Amino acid sequence: MTENITAQSRAADANGEVSAARATTATRPDDDLDRYLDLPVTSGLRVGRWCAVAVVGVLLAMAGHALVTNPAWDWPTVGAYLFSQTIVSAVWLTLQLTAISLVLGFALGTVLALMRMSGTVLLSGPAWAYVWFFRSVPLILQLLFWYNLALLYKELSIGVPFGPSFVRFGTMDLIGPTAAAVLGLSLHQAAYAGEIVRGGLLSVDRFQLEAAEALGLPRWTQLRRIVFPQAMRAIIPNAGNELIGLVKGTSVVYIMALPELFYQVQVIYNRNGRVVALLLVAGVWYLIITTVLSILQHFVERHYGRGVARRTPAGPLEVLRSLVPVGVSARGRRNWSDRGDGEAAR
Amino acid sequence: MSGLMIRARDIHKRFGALQVLRGVDLEVAAGTVTVIIGPSGSGKSTLLRVLNHLERPDRGLVHVDGELVGYRRLGNRLRELRHREVRRQRTNIGFVFQNFHLFPHLTVLQNVMIAPLTAQRRPEPEARRTALELLGQVGLRDKLQAYPRQLSGGQQQRVAIARALALRPKVVLFDEPTSALDPELVGEVLETIRNLAGSGTTMVLVSHEMAFAREVADTVVFLDEGRVVEQGPPEAVLTRPEHPRTRAFLSKVL
Repeated sequence: MTENITAQSRAADANGEVSAARATTATRPDDDLDRYLDLPVTSGLRVGRWCAVAVVGVLLAMAGHALVTNPAWDWPTVGAYLFSQTIVSAVWLTLQLTAISLVLGFALGTVLALMRMSGTVLLSGPAWAYVWFFRSVPLILQLLFWYNLALLYKELSIGVPFGPSFVRFGTMDLIGPTAAAVLGLSLHQAAYAGEIVRGGLLSVDRFQLEAAEALGLPRWTQLRRIVFPQAMRAIIPNAGNELIGLVKGTSVVYIMALPELFYQVQVIYNRNGRVVALLLVAGVWYLIITTVLSILQHFVERHYGRGVARRTPAGPLEVLRSLVPVGVSARGRRNWSDRGDGEAAR
Repeated sequence: MSGLMIRARDIHKRFGALQVLRGVDLEVAAGTVTVIIGPSGSGKSTLLRVLNHLERPDRGLVHVDGELVGYRRLGNRLRELRHREVRRQRTNIGFVFQNFHLFPHLTVLQNVMIAPLTAQRRPEPEARRTALELLGQVGLRDKLQAYPRQLSGGQQQRVAIARALALRPKVVLFDEPTSALDPELVGEVLETIRNLAGSGTTMVLVSHEMAFAREVADTVVFLDEGRVVEQGPPEAVLTRPEHPRTRAFLSKVL
């Protein structure tokens, strides 16, 4: 040990960088921190990581090659149909069904969540039963049921409950395939939305309500300004899941011959036999829609996350930069996600 | 202003098997500072929460500025007030929590403005003016756009005090306002409360800061096992306590 230290200090002396006085106190080279303060920081070569990147790269190249070289994928046909009039209007119907079911589903779901959380069993009981029922029945069964409602009730009417009615409708005229689809998707969605909203409301610290009560905030303000904005943080990721599920879930309504995306590609490939190409057309559109929604979700989450972190969450550019597996950067800029604790407290 | 601001009579409160308050009487004169002390579990916080009806007493009544809190007398019976009316009463009774409970998704300025805007429907310029003035008083004029989590505990509690004062309440209740703070941050919050005490606001504090109680309190109330054991001016209660339980408690905390 002693030999080692003297050897090191002798080496330092030989380099002529360490004065004799210092060598007696800082015997090991790394002890002299002051001299290294301003050195740039780089991370070492990460061999394992680069190997993994190479393997993944080769696999991706193989997949890409297979997609491009095999003519059976029939890319020209995909291109021909992707933006054709029929397909675009089918996409539009898919989007409409999704949007309407989402809005109606979450509106009803919010009501269900509030009912579930009310103090009285007279409200929480029915809400519980609703969720139980509509989560239990398969969506496809429900859709066909609404579609065939006329078998049960020939006409529907608006009027005094159990009393006289003012307007009568033939069920067949009122509930066509579109109405059955919206009804089925919305009611089904509401059961799930109800639980998601309830989960969000439960995630809010109960003292937030107490503080709102102590300030005398009106009930509606408590919900709208205090509870819901905080609940949204927990609701958005799950709601994003549901929304994306719904986009694809609308394909189920093809059984009622509604001309949405999935039904329309089937019609076309039954006519021309280009099954793979048209399934790809549908797939590409579902990918595009989901991608746009995912990006939107990111920004909605950012909005509702305000005040949560001590600093603003990472923007898209910072996220991209963090994905690059290169470790050379200025000191201070690294670890953007976990810095910041404590600095604001001072 | 003169006379009594708060009168509480025979307050009882039980949580399950635990009898927390066993008949508490409390009188607070307008413009005075009352500090409630006592061992943990003695019912101090519960008593404070009964005063603004965050906790509904099992028995007993509270008067604030001549108005019954939580009830209305109809002839020979008491009618429980609707939630909306209780909330209106609470706008006269500011409350500062031990753990601040600021709204984390609102900025400092929004936290202070929300109650005047929504509970009292004051016009926005007036609410803003009041908020700026109060945040200036608590020394946070430069933090208007900050979010609560970007502030230290002491700063958060000062925002919470400004938020309570923004309603222009007749009384302000403080539930252990410095207990959740790091020791070096206690001073700034006590300083804020001290200034407030000097301005003639009626205040009731639950506190463990005996030196502070001695300095600002007009009355010190010692609570133990759900009853008021002793009360009076601080020099009497804190320096020459008459009751052995008070003496035992003070010998531990002083």
